[in-house]
Amino acid sequence: MKSYREAINQTLAQEMRRDDSVIVLGEDVSGGAGGSSGKRDAAGGVFGVTAGLIGEFGEQRVIDTPISESAIMGAAGGAALAGLRPVAELMFADFVGVSFDQIFNQMAKFRYMFGGKTTTPVVVRLPTGAGMNMAAQHSQTIYPFLTAVPGLKVVIPSNAYDAKGLLATAIRDDDPVMFFEHKALYPRKCEVPDEDYTINFGEAELVREGDDVTVVALARMVGFAEKALDSLAAEGISADLIDPRTVSPLDEETILDSVENTGRLVVVDESNPRCSVAADIAAIVACKGFHSLKAPIKLVTAPHTPVPFARELERAYVPGPAHIAAAIKEVLQ
Amino acid sequence: MPLGKQELLAAYRKMVTIREFEERLHVEVASGDIAGFCHLYSGQEAVAVGVTSHLDDDDYIASTHRGHGHCIAKGCDVIGMMKEIFGRRDGLCGGKGGSMHIADMSKGMLGANAIVGGGPPIAVGAAIATQLQGRGKVTASFTGDGGSNQGTVFEAMNLAVVLQLPTVFIFENNGYGEHTGADYAVGSADIASRAAGFGMAAEKVDGCDYFAVYEAAGRAVTRARQGGGPSAIECTTTRYFGHFEGDPQRYRAKGEVEQHRRAMNCLANFRQRVNAEDWLAPDQLDAVETEVRSLIDRAVSEARAAPAPALDDLCTDVYVSY
Ligand SMILES: Cc1ncc(C[n+]2csc(CCOP(=O)(O)OP(=O)(O)O)c2C)c(N)n1
Ligand SMILES: [Mg+2]
Repeated sequence: MKSYREAINQTLAQEMRRDDSVIVLGEDVSGGAGGSSGKRDAAGGVFGVTAGLIGEFGEQRVIDTPISESAIMGAAGGAALAGLRPVAELMFADFVGVSFDQIFNQMAKFRYMFGGKTTTPVVVRLPTGAGMNMAAQHSQTIYPFLTAVPGLKVVIPSNAYDAKGLLATAIRDDDPVMFFEHKALYPRKCEVPDEDYTINFGEAELVREGDDVTVVALARMVGFAEKALDSLAAEGISADLIDPRTVSPLDEETILDSVENTGRLVVVDESNPRCSVAADIAAIVACKGFHSLKAPIKLVTAPHTPVPFARELERAYVPGPAHIAAAIKEVLQ
Repeated sequence: MPLGKQELLAAYRKMVTIREFEERLHVEVASGDIAGFCHLYSGQEAVAVGVTSHLDDDDYIASTHRGHGHCIAKGCDVIGMMKEIFGRRDGLCGGKGGSMHIADMSKGMLGANAIVGGGPPIAVGAAIATQLQGRGKVTASFTGDGGSNQGTVFEAMNLAVVLQLPTVFIFENNGYGEHTGADYAVGSADIASRAAGFGMAAEKVDGCDYFAVYEAAGRAVTRARQGGGPSAIECTTTRYFGHFEGDPQRYRAKGEVEQHRRAMNCLANFRQRVNAEDWLAPDQLDAVETEVRSLIDRAVSEARAAPAPALDDLCTDVYVSY
């Protein structure tokens, strides 16, 4: 058993061993640069995901940066143009805000805009999500607007096994990949082999098979959907539960095939509802699978508000198993 | 005497309020009853108070993730702050913001800010407003050594110089940005000289000396009020706690905090100076401390007893809900 955090950490080390053009950069990815203790690796990333890398790979390949996200993103793009495979960390996904130009105007566009004359093998690691009362600027799930950008690939693993295989694919991929790590999942464990493996982008996982409804869920919501389905099993309700794993590219086929069988769709996502991945999946099914549908599609998302601080409010903000179960029952009526 | 007796007492009261507020929060956070991040300001009190001693409610400040001290110094209600940190409905932001987002427009407090480098551009905007309105008001932004490396801060400084705005950029150099030393992350010799490179008056002072901060801030605020444009002040200081509550501080040498608590203590420095100069008597200062302690006790017990936000609050204060 390995945690999501350990799985990612191990993959970073394995990929760095496998290919010396892989580097890691970001704020406190090692920690302890300068300061009075002289201990490098004082942090190993604020979530401990990059711990130990500096010891093995040294400070030329594990680069602690000042607090300068725009420069971190731009440097990752530039290093990729010049032959490296940077894995850049934004300490929190929310800091895409400070660095967005380098992501969506620069690295996303190089390959196309330069007429295919270059590749841009960058991975941006983005700790994401609510649930820890970190309030409006440290809790967001901002993948919708990155998914909207042509040129970027967007990966959202829901468990440690997938995180490992998807990260290896991301690092070996020649396009910029936005790799979202849900903070609440870091300690969650599952069986993860030690040897390296890859998981193809654009291949959803059918987490559970059932007859009555198709449930598509992302990241932390996959576990919540399983809980909801457990609670509904007694009532004889069963569902296909699909985890897309990557939303750009998106495995439309698995979703459409499932809806063809069940005729009903619930999409669950922690992001805000408008122009979201959930809305996008609903639109795809409405456009391409309309004749299979026996009931209106139902979305379970956060409300259209920033993430609130207070425990009670944040709990109400994040979709939970009860919301999901209620939505499933509604589409079955 | 640089300030009158009442002003000196008021400054001391604010510094002690910040210290007691933060030391108490250190204990309260450990109880598990406060959710989320808490970045404590203990050790840096002289900076917030030395600067805001020159400001009134109509002047503005923009703060940081380590904002409690700035809020108290600018006059935010301590009980409302404590309630906010506990996530209560009648906290200063209705429990929606928490420690990192305390704001009070009626006190000219434009918000703590969880985005490092988020504040200085906002301060520039407030200065554009007060300049246009001819209000003779000043806006100060607070930024850490770590935050001083953020592009937004450079842009804000340049814009303030270009527009000759009444802005004061305060840099609190406490030696660390999270787990990284300022000696590593700030590439220039110091932050003040880098700010000077943007074309504004800049100086560096001992941030553990209230009077040094007060005097430097006085020069900067006067310059700003008189139309002389922006200034920067780098204040060298220290933080007595970890970056956030729960930080094991492996980047700090053993004993550093204890040593700094002794050698870099702005409250002790203040007491020593006012005693030596015979400006205030020790019992006057003691009385302030006693009063403040009971205020903080009250703040905590009121915050603990206060109601949580109502679930309906989730979808208010946003222009439309879907
Ligand atoms: C844009 C952005 N990058 C990174 C962070 C994470 N972070 C929060 S505080 C901090 C360190 C700030 O250091 P400094 O400016 O010196 O302030 P101090 O904590 O010492 O008061 C970091 C990296 C953030 N909140 N926002
Ligand atoms: Mg600092």
